[in-house]
This record gives sequence, structure tokens and C-alpha cells, in this order.
Amino acid sequence: MIYLILFLEFLKIGFFSFGGGYGMLSMMKETVLAYDWLSEAQMLDFIGIAESTPGPIAINMATFIGTSQGGMLGGALATLGVVLPSFIIILLLAIILKSIIKSKPFQAIISGIRPVIVGLIIATGLIFAYSLIGLKDVSTFAFDYRSLIIFGVLAVISIAYPRIFKRQVSPLLLIAFSVFFGIILFAL
Amino acid sequence: MEVFLTFLKIGATTFGGGYAMIPLIRNDIVDKKRWLSDDELTEILAIAESTPGPIAINVATYTGYKIKGFWGSVLATLGVVLPSFFIIFGISILYAFVKDNQIIAAAFMGIKAAVALLILTAGLRMFKKMKKTWYSVPLMIIIMSALIVFDLLAINFSSVYLILIGATLGFFLFYLIPLMAKKSKKEDQE
Repeated sequence: MIYLILFLEFLKIGFFSFGGGYGMLSMMKETVLAYDWLSEAQMLDFIGIAESTPGPIAINMATFIGTSQGGMLGGALATLGVVLPSFIIILLLAIILKSIIKSKPFQAIISGIRPVIVGLIIATGLIFAYSLIGLKDVSTFAFDYRSLIIFGVLAVISIAYPRIFKRQVSPLLLIAFSVFFGIILFAL
Repeated sequence: MEVFLTFLKIGATTFGGGYAMIPLIRNDIVDKKRWLSDDELTEILAIAESTPGPIAINVATYTGYKIKGFWGSVLATLGVVLPSFFIIFGISILYAFVKDNQIIAAAFMGIKAAVALLILTAGLRMFKKMKKTWYSVPLMIIIMSALIVFDLLAINFSSVYLILIGATLGFFLFYLIPLMAKKSKKEDQE
């Protein structure tokens, strides 16, 4: 039963997410919390791992969540679910429907969706940021200054880095920094 | 086979998701193998962004189909997916053992901050690229605030609905209403 649920839920996520992996995160979080598969903290661990391993974030997350709930078969089904909608849609477009993309109604729908995606992604980032610092909901606030320090330092790095090295800081490097500061502040 | 191996390499060596894959795809598929032209790649990226699903999968499927038809698309997609699948599968087994280790837990506390920042940066970068109009900016702000309020008040509301709202608004505001306005104008003239 869990296999079917995993497959169908990830099929839904694959079908309704625009704008790549980041656009999926808010939907994945909702699903995972609704089924009680993971806690919010574990979800953040998973995203951290998905960011620091190769491959598309969406695939990494689907494999990770699927495996945690249903072993290898669960992971495979969740991944298949997330991949299938884009695979079929792109295949159809490549074969027959290329003109649909350029058609006015389709473009209108996409222009309608785009700001929603941007809003979703920024909100997801902000929600992760403030829950990290200790704000869980309106009534729970347990201030975690160490996370705030790490967040601040990383923000400075990611703003200063392009000015010095003329290119964006890679996610992997940023995560390497975060591991370093995390161990210094939380374990020592 | 070559298609499969090329995408296997792309899948195994890109960190940070679909957008990070683009330079690699350009290098391998356009410059080295000449399977696609630069224009075709740009077109694929536009399609990938306006269809659901991970960008990397969209690009792999489309490129694979262009080169070798249906089986090309299957192999390219498999190639991009398999490395992540096995790496993450391995890690998720390890994760169960190490998550209670104090050092690992501390490292993850740090990683969480990086993740929040990475998502935020990705969002802000998309905002910079977004065409800013009377429609897009207010809607983006409304969606963003709504999500934050839902989160703080612990209200469950699926983002699927938000996307459907955006799609409906877009269809009416940018297609149907302009179309009807045009029609009535024409009738006025007649």
C-alpha cells in the first residue's frame, strides 16, 4: 500500500511542479508532513544531502523519501513517479505538439503560473530560514543564535564571493562551509 | 549507448540541480558531440521551464528523443536518473546509522542554514529574471505572504491549488479577456 501511495504522491508532485527541483520542495514538504513520513528537521537534513550529492534535486529527494518509507522499491517507485510526468509530457511535445508551447493560451497559462512559482520558492526559503532560527509557529519561538550566526556568515560569503571570484559560489562549497561552521558551533 | 553514457556522466557529475547541469550539457551535447545546436538547446530550456518536472529530466528526454527517437529519450532519462538514485540509496542507508552521531548532527545543523540560503538565493535569482508587471509582482508577494501565514498558523493548504489559481488567472487575464476585448472592438468598428 505504501508503494502505491509513494508512487501516486510523487506522480502528483512531478506533474504540478514547475521551475525545477526548488519548485518541488514546498509540495514535497507538505506531502511528507501530511503523511507523517518525516519531521521538518529530517526533511531539512534530506534537502542538505540532496544538495550536496550529484544529480537533480528532485530525483535525489524522491529517492531519499521513497527509500526511507519503502526501501529500495519505495525509492524506485517515488523516483519513477517524479520522472514520469515530465518524461511523457516532453516526449509528446517532441513528437507532435511542439506548436502548443508557442500557442497563446499555453503561454498565457505559463505567465500566470510563473510568479506563483517564484513566490513559492522564496517563501520556502524564508520558512526554512525562520524555523531554523527558532520560530516554529505563532506561539513557539525558541531562539537559536548559533543557527542565526551560521546563516549570517553564509549569507555574507554568498554575497561577497561573486565580487571577489567573479562567479557564483557553488552550492557544494557553501555546504562545505556550513558543515565547518556547524561542527564548530554545535559540536565543540 | 553513447547517449546513455553521456547522460550518465552528466547525472553523476552535476551538483546543485537542473540549472547547474546546463553548462555541462552545453559542453558535452552541443560543443563536443554536436547532437544539438545552441539554438536548439535554448529552445529546449525554454520548453523545460514551461513544462512541469525537473529541468534535467526535461532536457534529457528531449535531447534523447532528438538523437535516437523514443529509446534515445528513455536511455538519456535513465542515464540522468540512475547515478543520483544509487548514490542517494546508499546514503539513505548510511543516514539511519549516522544521524545520531554528535558531529554529524552538528554538521547537519550547519547544512540546514546553507539549504535555507540556497533556496532563498534560487528564488531571488528567479525573481530578478522575472518580468515585473502589475500582475506578477503583487501576485508573487500575495503567494509568498499566504504561504508564510499558512505555515505560521499551521494551516494545511496544498500549493497545487496555488499553481492552479495562477494558471486560471493567466488564462483569463492574458488570453481570454484580451481576446474578447479585441473581438468587441472589432464589432464596434463594424
